[in-house]
Amino acid sequence: MKLKLTTLALGALMAAGPVMADLVFPMLSYRTGPYAASGIPFADGYADYFTLLNERDGGIGGVPIKTLECETGYNTEKGVECYESTKGQGALMYQPLSTGITYQLIPKVAVDGIPMHTLGYGRTSAANGEVFSNVFNYPANYWNGASGVVNHLLELNDGDIAGKKVTLLYHNSAYGKEPIRTLEELAVKHGFKLTALAVDHPGQEQKSQWLQIRRERPDYVAMWGWGVMNQVAVQEAANIRFPMENFIGVWWSGGEQDVLSAGDAADGYKALAIHGVGSDYPVYNHIQKYVVDAGKGAGAGDQVGTVFYNRGMYAAMLAAEAVKTAQAIHGTGDITPAMMRDGMEALEMTEAKMIDLGMPNFGPSFSVSCENHGGPGLVAVSQWDASSKTWSMISDFKPTDAEIINALIAEDSAAYAAENKITPKCN
Amino acid sequence: MFYREAGDFKTSYKQDSQTFPIKIDRLGYYVTLAIAFLVVPFFINDYWANAILLPFLIYAIAAIGLNILVGYAGQVSLGTGGFMAVGAYACYKLMTSMPDVSMFVHVVLAGCITAVTCIVFGLPSLRIKGFYLAVATLAAQFFLVWLFNRVPWFYNYSASGQISSPEREVFGIIITGPSASASATYLFSLIFLTVSALIARNLTRGTLGRSWMAIRDMDIAAEIIGVNPMKAKLTAFGVSGFFIGISGALFFSVYLGAVEVGEAFGPSKSFLVLFMVIIGGLGSIFGSFAGAAFLVLLPVVLKVVGVDVMGWPTDIVAHFQLVIVGALIIMFLIVEPHGLAQLWTVAKEKLRLWPFPH
Repeated sequence: MKLKLTTLALGALMAAGPVMADLVFPMLSYRTGPYAASGIPFADGYADYFTLLNERDGGIGGVPIKTLECETGYNTEKGVECYESTKGQGALMYQPLSTGITYQLIPKVAVDGIPMHTLGYGRTSAANGEVFSNVFNYPANYWNGASGVVNHLLELNDGDIAGKKVTLLYHNSAYGKEPIRTLEELAVKHGFKLTALAVDHPGQEQKSQWLQIRRERPDYVAMWGWGVMNQVAVQEAANIRFPMENFIGVWWSGGEQDVLSAGDAADGYKALAIHGVGSDYPVYNHIQKYVVDAGKGAGAGDQVGTVFYNRGMYAAMLAAEAVKTAQAIHGTGDITPAMMRDGMEALEMTEAKMIDLGMPNFGPSFSVSCENHGGPGLVAVSQWDASSKTWSMISDFKPTDAEIINALIAEDSAAYAAENKITPKCN
Repeated sequence: MFYREAGDFKTSYKQDSQTFPIKIDRLGYYVTLAIAFLVVPFFINDYWANAILLPFLIYAIAAIGLNILVGYAGQVSLGTGGFMAVGAYACYKLMTSMPDVSMFVHVVLAGCITAVTCIVFGLPSLRIKGFYLAVATLAAQFFLVWLFNRVPWFYNYSASGQISSPEREVFGIIITGPSASASATYLFSLIFLTVSALIARNLTRGTLGRSWMAIRDMDIAAEIIGVNPMKAKLTAFGVSGFFIGISGALFFSVYLGAVEVGEAFGPSKSFLVLFMVIIGGLGSIFGSFAGAAFLVLLPVVLKVVGVDVMGWPTDIVAHFQLVIVGALIIMFLIVEPHGLAQLWTVAKEKLRLWPFPH
């Protein structure tokens, strides 16, 4: 009976399946589970921007967009199910928003010929497009983040952080472990002392870690947290009265939902940023008019303008721009995943384009090439103001330590290429 | 009327003690095997393999393994996730250090390594039982996950701590890695499941299985009639570990391709497999299959019906899924505390008499 039902349902699915006239974007989102707090605003922003393009412009280049949402719950097994169920429907690009699922999909997308964009997450060494032909992680990656934190500390200390104690509080997963290597190298270079403290999935239990922080009294705490872990960490830091301006999260630990629960105590908490914050951009007028007021907003509609909503919107915008590039290269509106890959590799974001899109100064200008799938790696710092409940930028988008990062990327991608018998090449 | 044993005479002990003594059952078994081996591989696609059949086959092996320990030998274990991780990491180390050896050998060796680990963690069972043993095995779960996170040698010093399965072959056919075809991975797992089920079935009705059940039913009485509790308990841990290790190795290398120990083999995995065993039926090989099928298929069916057919928002479907699966588990346990296997037995009993129950 059960099998029969699946067969029927699947049959219906297949029959309704490939409508080739659409640009299909699967959304592997998570609105449930311990990471939902971070997953919901991103998913809403991603969906709303595509809705806006459909409503305002009739799609991209005249071809309507179709989004396929699939709930992963940040779980890799469900991620596999989502990937397999959507890939047959003409999926142009994947955006899994989970480092674990990304690792799983990296070899698969190469075989299936579908590009994957991991905006500010995923496997850092995928920035080397000679090895990872179908994976893109522009505009910045974790190792830029690690360097961005250190650069900010250097600025605060007039360029000398020798002997300072820095603690990294990280999610005990591939995601959290990514920056450790870079931070270790930077610790040697700049002479600071690094301690890494792991927080296990899902991240609610951090008492012992913060006890250790209280005992060791580090000068700065950097955090690679996600979902509920962020809220708990900010609250724990407030509980031990750790000075918030010395507590810096990566861009995945810098949303409204992460700091609101700690109230006034979270004032001054910092987080890295790879795009603009707030809703003071012209594109929001359009989102309000075509999406929100028209009742077509995704989710509950209460996330518009939050940091992670912006990030989802940014990801969707970059995808849409890559589609435009691909359409221009191949001279057809109805593109295939292979054309989409070409579009992503030839993507060029300029300030003029951003102004046209209604997002002036929202993100850095950059261009992608076959050698560099990772973009320029420009990182800014933002700070939370608890009284006005807003994030604000306290620095510009600044370059990170390319020397160390590029060496590490070359090393790690070479190891991957050797392990999987890939010959690095650019066509 | 249709399902009866009249005229099905047994003339030897061997015939009488076969696994499927009733002819129609036997036929059904052969037909199922034939379809699974000869028909499905030709029709399988990536979706069916990776989303439905592979997880079912692999969880069924794990459930058989745990059923031997919990259902047959009565030793409660909450360490399944950790033991699956041992299988996965053993397989990974073997695959990367000996690339030219067949995957069959790697998976079987991974099972053996897990069996040894499982015996070591089963040693406390000689002194403690019941809930206390459950806690001891839960400690194994946490320790093993911590170990694989902590010692970089296990993940070959990769920056992320993830293990990814490279491409490996059996007789020239690619079994692991992204280029493996759906039918190859399916058949590979199916062979392991079939052999595991045959071994488990024959072990459990032999001397060893009887000594396990004697220990389960009353250990003091078993000891008095001459069952060696140390041997019975440790063999149960060993055999169970072997199957769980195989399932862990397949779970990593064939099904997921890349795993992260805390996420893939956390305590929730231990509970999931335990639920499969309890819902399927303790002390029943068929129950292991039924439990695995129930817990693997149900979420997928609910998702397909809710999202693709009804068009509901994904988060509502995901929440409903938890509610429905939970409610069904409770319902099954109230209606039939001995699991789906018992339900199946009762249904067969009724069918035998149907349509004249008196």
